[in-house]
Amino acid sequence: MSNDDVTNAPAPRSPDPVAEQSTSLGATDHISRARDANRNAAMDVGDAQGPLLQRLKGMQSIWILGVLVLITAFFAIKAPSQFMTGDNMINIGQNLAIWAVLAVGMTFIIITSGIDLSIASVLVFSSVVSALTMEKMGGSGWSTAAVGTAVALVAGLLWGMLNGIVVAKAKVPPLIVTLGTMSIALGFAQIITGGLDIRSVPTELQDAVGYGRIAGIPVIVIIALIVVVLGGILLHRTRFGLYTYAIGSNEVSARRVGINVDRKLIMIYALAGFLGGLAGIMTLAQFGTTSIAGNSLTSLNVIAAVVIGGTSVFGGQGSMFGTMVGLFIPAVLQNGFVIIGVSPYWQTVAVGAILIAAVYVDQQRRAAALRGGK
Amino acid sequence: MTAVLEARGISRKFGHVQALDSADFDVFPGEVVALIGDNGAGKSTLVKAITGNLEIDAGEVLFDGNPVTIATPQDASELGIEVVHQDLALAPHLGPAQNMYLGREIMRPGLLGKLGFMDTGRMRRGAADAFRDLGSAVRSVVTPVGEMSGGQKQSVAIARSVAWADRVLFLDEPTAALGVVQTQNVLDMIRRVRDKGLGVVLISHSMPEVLDVADRVQVLRLGHRVATYQAKETTIEELVGAMTGALDRREDVA
Repeated sequence: MSNDDVTNAPAPRSPDPVAEQSTSLGATDHISRARDANRNAAMDVGDAQGPLLQRLKGMQSIWILGVLVLITAFFAIKAPSQFMTGDNMINIGQNLAIWAVLAVGMTFIIITSGIDLSIASVLVFSSVVSALTMEKMGGSGWSTAAVGTAVALVAGLLWGMLNGIVVAKAKVPPLIVTLGTMSIALGFAQIITGGLDIRSVPTELQDAVGYGRIAGIPVIVIIALIVVVLGGILLHRTRFGLYTYAIGSNEVSARRVGINVDRKLIMIYALAGFLGGLAGIMTLAQFGTTSIAGNSLTSLNVIAAVVIGGTSVFGGQGSMFGTMVGLFIPAVLQNGFVIIGVSPYWQTVAVGAILIAAVYVDQQRRAAALRGGK
Repeated sequence: MTAVLEARGISRKFGHVQALDSADFDVFPGEVVALIGDNGAGKSTLVKAITGNLEIDAGEVLFDGNPVTIATPQDASELGIEVVHQDLALAPHLGPAQNMYLGREIMRPGLLGKLGFMDTGRMRRGAADAFRDLGSAVRSVVTPVGEMSGGQKQSVAIARSVAWADRVLFLDEPTAALGVVQTQNVLDMIRRVRDKGLGVVLISHSMPEVLDVADRVQVLRLGHRVATYQAKETTIEELVGAMTGALDRREDVA
């Protein structure tokens, strides 16, 4: 009776489904030929194309770069004498220098599939404690400026570390953590100052960094450029950058291969906070005052720029080059609308539409890549 | 010859479920051992328990005959034991080379390496060699693996594990989602790895595949090893009987 189980089981060995299927197709050697072909085919080791081209190929930033070129060409044709001048380009650069510094940190965070809503509040807090410190020290002189800079950087770093520790160790979603610290950091800045901006910034700092130029290029733009280039190298050339992508792409696999994910996340949020502090001191140098109320949309604008530039909010994907393109689009639109006499409020409308279009196109492209299986 | 890896009396409970009940297991160098059993027999649990992915309640693990503690996947890696998990655990946005070297990057020599710069070229060439050695269908070491076919992903996961496994390679259902050609490719890879002198442990539901590639077959039922067969001397009938318990009853009758 109990033997039924056994006799009903598939007969041994001979009806090997693999062998059977292939012979019935008359294709036994077809398989081995396919395999031989696989073995002998050339392997793409990424050397054929230049490394930059390789990275840019098929990235959203190429598509969005086209948009930027079109916008620029439009204004250049509409108002050639005013738009395409060196002075105006420098003007655009000055307008986006501070956002660029924030966007570098934001790019790292979004690639890990995180977000930082607090970055503008961190900027405000850092500039407030820095300005207060410099006020207490007499408000002038290079040593005062140096101490003020250090205070801003440390304040930003600490806020970033706090964000990172809560995200990595307490496992609270980054959106919630930074929504909270956005409120807390801004609240502290308002408590400390009573909500009134502080204007005691050493003139040395304002003259040298805020208005200063080296070879005709504003120092503030040079600082931003250095941060962007270093950030790009860190992201695209080092192990730290690779782990940033790995964490955003598949955190489980990152942990399985022994990457200390928690520590990396804390470092990434700390980096963003540190750059928030740097942006804080740059604000003081550029405007000569804190701007407690003037940064309510800064975090969101920076996030929009990063996302327009092709960095995926789902993590694992993005580039510093794309972020720069994403920064230039709002800046060029704003500048160009003013020049051709369109209300600059249209800029916010256009940027919003471009943001949605950019993400839509990116998703279509990715879906097509998945369907193609290649 | 001593077993390269041997587990004795491994037990593990999940709540009231006795997932592993004093399970034994062994694999020798240069052989393919198939680990089979019905759903819930404890195959994956046993592999996790041996490779540091799961804590055990009781039992011991011997490596080259010496007792060892494998508490984390890193402990297993240090002994030269690697696992190809069923979910593959690849980073889909990274290329095969980046996935293969993830966590073990080759750094540039000198100061640049200390600053965190990697020797990308060497890693890409290393990955290309590894895929060629395995006869893998992976054509590019830089295309994101998320854009690859199931078979290519599988061969990336296998190549990664083979590259770092010196002694034992575990494969959890490596052919479950693959077509005919890809399955043959994976079985060929398994043979090549065995011929390099590694112990290979294959978890599979496909009996013909098991008999095709394995040297020995160990059968788990209800968290316990109930039988070990030489693949040449057994049949699908016998294996299924051992898996389901039909053979026990027959022995009882006899």
